[in-house]
Order: sequence, then structure tokens, then C-alpha cells
Amino acid sequence: MNPTIIFALSILFLPLISFVFQIFFGWRIGRSAHWVSLICLGIVLALSMGFFANAFLIEDIPILMDSVTWFSTGDFTLTLGFNINQVAAIMLVVVSLISFLVHVYSTEYMKGDPRYNRYFGFLGLFTFSMNGIVLADNLIMMYVFWELVGLSSYLLIGFWFEKDSAADAGKKAFLTNRVGDIGMFIGIMMLFFLFGTVNIEDIVYEVSLGIADGYMALLTTAGILVFLGAVGKSAQFPLHIWLPDAMEGPTPVSALIHAATMVAAGVYMIVRIFAFLTPAALQVIAIVGAVTALMSAIIAITQNDIKRVLAYSTISQLGYMILALGVGAYQAGFFHLTTHAMFKACLFLASGSVIHAMHHGLHTVKDHHTDAQDMRNMGGLKSRMPVTYWTMLIATLALSGIPLFSGFLSKDAILAGTVAYFHMHHGWTIFLPIAGFGAAVITAFYMFRLIFMTFHGTPAKPDAYKNIHENTLPMTVPLMVLSLLSVAIFFTLPGLNPIVNHGWFTHLVSTGENYAGLMMEETVEGIHHAHGTAMTISLIVAALGVFFATLVYYLKKIDAQNMAKAMNRVGLYNLSFNKFYIDEIYNTVLYKPFFWWCFVFSKIDWDYFDQKFIDGWGWVTLKISEASGYSDYNWLDQKLVDGFGKLAHYFSNELKQTQSGVIQNYVMGGVFGLLIILIIFQSI
Amino acid sequence: MDNLTSYLVISGILFSLGLFGVMTRRNGVAVLMGIELILNAAGLNFIAFNRFGGMHRLDGHVFSIFIIVLAAAEAAVALAIIINLFKNLETVDIDQADRMKG
Repeated sequence: MNPTIIFALSILFLPLISFVFQIFFGWRIGRSAHWVSLICLGIVLALSMGFFANAFLIEDIPILMDSVTWFSTGDFTLTLGFNINQVAAIMLVVVSLISFLVHVYSTEYMKGDPRYNRYFGFLGLFTFSMNGIVLADNLIMMYVFWELVGLSSYLLIGFWFEKDSAADAGKKAFLTNRVGDIGMFIGIMMLFFLFGTVNIEDIVYEVSLGIADGYMALLTTAGILVFLGAVGKSAQFPLHIWLPDAMEGPTPVSALIHAATMVAAGVYMIVRIFAFLTPAALQVIAIVGAVTALMSAIIAITQNDIKRVLAYSTISQLGYMILALGVGAYQAGFFHLTTHAMFKACLFLASGSVIHAMHHGLHTVKDHHTDAQDMRNMGGLKSRMPVTYWTMLIATLALSGIPLFSGFLSKDAILAGTVAYFHMHHGWTIFLPIAGFGAAVITAFYMFRLIFMTFHGTPAKPDAYKNIHENTLPMTVPLMVLSLLSVAIFFTLPGLNPIVNHGWFTHLVSTGENYAGLMMEETVEGIHHAHGTAMTISLIVAALGVFFATLVYYLKKIDAQNMAKAMNRVGLYNLSFNKFYIDEIYNTVLYKPFFWWCFVFSKIDWDYFDQKFIDGWGWVTLKISEASGYSDYNWLDQKLVDGFGKLAHYFSNELKQTQSGVIQNYVMGGVFGLLIILIIFQSI
Repeated sequence: MDNLTSYLVISGILFSLGLFGVMTRRNGVAVLMGIELILNAAGLNFIAFNRFGGMHRLDGHVFSIFIIVLAAAEAAVALAIIINLFKNLETVDIDQADRMKG
């Protein structure tokens, strides 16, 4: 076998080995069993790096394309295969790097948890499934792993299932994802119906040949339905409600699954199928992305739970990526996925570090009521936790789109994409750049609000504050690595200009191809032209956001309470604080009517159908059985069956007389019988 | 008179006499005699058909010799049975030999 395939299989299955080991043997070994997981993930990381290096050597063509037949029925053959192109190679590194760092981080964060080994097992299961999505060459295989990441997400969100809120959050995540997944499955089936294959490369090839030219409406519908899967998995409006609740899981899990990798799977999937998405489908994608980006950014302003702010920030940034793909800025969308994975994982791990230290501090002073995740209980942590502070600040700068940091490059490219889209389409599409820039202001604002509330000012709990210390190396080293990777220079290499995003990334990832009618060349051209404008505006808006946050939360020139009251004159503050009432709307529009219908149907079913109809039939059956039993016993049994018995008895009694034992009688019978036969034959 | 019919008539008379004896007599020896008559009637038939049946071989003769031998053997066995019957029941009346009747 080709060694490349063995490497790819190792990337896929080593985390699964880690899972099996931890689940079946880990608990016997105890804490030191995490070395097995670490070694597995280390090898996966090294192999992914190998593929990544390979991506530079082999340009433009996939590094590995191979498949085996899973099963075939009739004309249809389903294959399982790998397609590692440049995009997948980058994604592999992102997934395995963050997964490895989260493993390292968790050895400290989860220390002393009674289900320590199970936790590492689940992380392995997740990494296995995520790598499966990255490597898959067809949509069915992707869907299988898609469901597997959903499962591992469910298991990890509900990891502390003793808490009802965690168990509920797991269920909510799983069920909300199902809504999207059903759409995705129908979309895959439509694509199969159109093209007779589910292999992504084959579909792209057939679209490029113009086979689907007469079926553009179908292709659009299929594209939107498949995108629905991404809406669920990448927490886009209106299915974003599960992600904030998913913060009930352990914080390293939030970093790995709900910030960097799994939620990016939806974006990655759109990147893979981008070439056959029609302009109409892309427009829907762009609108969903823009709405999500703006709305969840607004919600993030008013949240007080440090992880919830980051969760809404994640939704907002995922909205950016989706928006980028929707406006045809293919490269920018995937670029933002990569940079965002690094700095958002860093932010989550840093917030985990803060929460861990807060827990410790509060625990020491025996304060069990204060919420360790509420930013209002923090403050002034900068001097206590310098490493966490500086790494988190770097990641915040990156997220806010400040030059010299990675987020600036990618966000800038996305905003250029929206501006270019507006230039091409005019009209209502002005909403897209407005949403983009608006979200950029708000992002800078709420991120610096988070930093100031957590690390600056006066400590809210002075007793606990004295017992807060910086965490140990297993937690700080991943932070340092990730914050280092949030610096722009890593993405512009070999170029050293930190505000121009031409580097190895743009070299590896093409500007995208679309065979379903989107004019890529003009789009790319437009993005190129819009670049300067977008960069200027985004610099201004980022500065604006940071400035306001400084004014309100650092210098305290403006009182936050007063500002909230002022905003509330038009209901804005409450709208944001209550997350646009979307959970309440779902509750009123969907769940309550649903439960009401459930009640009605159960009443009809039980009181009428079951009690009257089914039990009625039972009564009828009983009566019929009684009559039938009566006739059976009295007539059939007593008369007919016994009658035959009596008949046989009677005849045998009669015939018994003939067996006299007198041979002469027998002979006589024989002779007369013979005579009769002779006479009969004579007469014939 | 020298034709098949007269032989068959004689043979038929012999057979009927034998059958009549078998059916009517209770004495085992008499029944045996009736059987002998039936066998002889059959033997006579064989000879008659051999002569008038257009066959120039000796099949009929051979058969009748077999029948004679058979009759002799049968008589020996049957008489032995009757002697045993007599020894056990002190009668040769076959109607009395009904011990196995249920």
C-alpha cells in the first residue's frame, strides 16, 4: 500500500485508538493514561504537518485521492475515500494542532475529575470524527462523520451530566443540529438524484460540464438544503441557539469543539462544495451569514458570563466566514476559519484559565455561591495572571481586527468581499458590508469590554483575589503557542509585511472556482479593488470599538448603566440582553404549540382512539370469541368430532362380527367375492 | 370328446368338489382332501392347456409334476399339523382350533 494512505489512515484512526483505549482500559490505569492520548495526538499532529509540508511540494492537485468500495447495489456504488487537497491539509493541521494543545491543557484543567479517562476518550472520539469530515471525499461519508462529531459534541457538552443544565444543553445541541442535518441529508439526496453520485469531485466535474444547466433551480435548492447542515453545525441564525448553551461543557471542550473545529466544519463543508453552489444559493448563504454576524455581536455586548460572550463572538465570527463564502470571497472565508481557530481557541483556553483560577480562589475562601464565570465577579486579574492576560490580549487584538495580528488580515479580506459584492449588485446588498462593518465595531467593543472587566479595574472579590494564581505550564504553554500563532506574521510568510495578506496561505489556497454561474474572475477582481477601501474602514471601525470600550470600561468616562438605560429607551439593551428573545420566540411559536398539539393528539389517541375504538374492538372480539367458543365446543367438538369417533366405534363393532376365526367363512367370502367380480367382469 | 372343453369341464368339476369339501367339512383331514382335489384340478388344467394350447414344449408337464410334489409336501406338513392338533385338543375339528380368537 502507498505509504501516504497509511499516513492518512493513521491520522484518522489513531484518535479512535485513543478513544477505545481510554474507555476500555484507561480507568484501570488512572491519570497517567493520558500519555496514550497525548502520544496518539502527537503522532497525528506530526503526520498532519507532513501533509501540510507536502501541500507546498504538490501544488494545485490533491495530495491524496483514493477510495475503496463500501458497497454497491445495482448501478449505485458507494465508496469511502480520502481527498486531501491543499484546503484539507491546512484544516488537518488546524484540527490536530488545537486538539493536541487542548489535550495538553486538559491534563491540568480536568485534574481530579472522577471521569478523567472518559473525558480523554471523548476528545479522541471527537478528533477521529472531525478528521473524518476533513478527509472525506464524498458527501455521504462526510455526513456519517458529521453525525459523529454531533455525537461527541453531545457527550462532551453533557460531560458533567449531574448538572441538569449541562444535560439539557447537550440535548438541545443535539436536537437543534438534527434540524439542520435533515435538510443536509435531503440536499445530498437531491444532488445524488441530479448527478447520480455523491463524490464531491465528480459533482464538481459534472457541473463544470454543464450537465445541470437545465436544473439550476434544483441545484440551488439542493445547495441551500446542504447549507442547512452548516447552519446547524456552524450555529448560524436561526439555529444558533444551541451554541451559547453548549458552554456548559468543560472549557477546553468549548475551545476545541465549539470555537475552533466542529463549528467550523459547516464552513469547511461549504468550502468543499463551493464550486457547485449557484449564485442564488450563495446569496441566501451571504444573508444568513450577515444576519448571524451582526445579531450575535449585538447580543455579545450585554452578556456577563465570560464564556457566553466568547460563544456569541464565535457565532458572529462563523457568520463572517459564511458571509465571506456567500459573497464569493472563498479564500477569505477559509482564511478566517484558520486564523479564527487559533485566536478563538486561545481566548477560550485563556477564559478557562481565568475560570480555573477563580474557582481555586473562591474555593479557598469557601465561597461556593459566587459564579466563577461571571465577569462582574472578576477584575484586576492582570497582575495575578500575567501569562493569561497577555496571551488573551493578543488573541483579542487578533479578533478585533487590529493590524499586525492575524484576524486583521482575514477579516479585512472578508469585508473587501462584501464591499465588492455591493459594487457588483448594488441595491439592498449594501446591508452585507454594513452588517460586516457593524459587527466589526461591536466585536472590538465587546472584546475590550471583556478584557477590561476581567483583568483591569478593582477586584470585585478581594478575599478570593488574594488566592488567585497563574496556572501551571500545561495550561499556559498552549496559550502561548496559540497566541503566537495569532500574530499576523505567521500567515504572511514568506512576506514580512504584516498588513498585506499575500503569503503561503494565499499561495496554497486558490481564489476558488465556481462552475454554477458565479463569475469568479470579476469577484476576485472586485475584492482586489475593494481592498484598500475595506482596510481603511475596518481600521476606523476597530479603533472606534476599542475607543468606546476604553471610554466606558477602562476610563469610566461614560457610565455603563446610564448607557444601558439610554439604549433601553428604544428597547435595545433588553433586546440584546435577552438574546433577541429568540429562545422565547421558539418557545412561543414552536415548543408551546407543539406541546399543545401533543396534548391534543394524546387526548384523541388515548381517550377516543384507544379507549373507545381499540377497546371497542376488544369488546367485539370478546363477544365473537364467546360465540365462536360456544359453537366450537357444543357443535364442532361435541357433535362433529365426537360423532366421527362414535361412527368409527359403531362400524368397528359391527365389522368385528365378521372376524369369526372360522376359516371356512373366509374362504366362502373369498369365493363369493370372486364370483361376484367374475360376474361383473363378465357383464362388461 | 378329445378336446379342451371336456378337460376343462372335468377340471372345473374337480375344483368345485374340492372347494365344496374345503368349505363344508369341519374335519381337518377332509379339508385337506378338498385341497388335494383343487390341486389336482389345477394340474389337469396345466396338462390340458399344454396339449391343446398349441405349445410344443413341456412347460405344463413340468408344472403338474411340481404340483404333485407340492401336494405331497403339503399333505405331509398338513397331516403333521392335524396330528398335533389332535394331540392337543383330542379332535380334528378345525372349528375347535380357535384359541387365538380375541
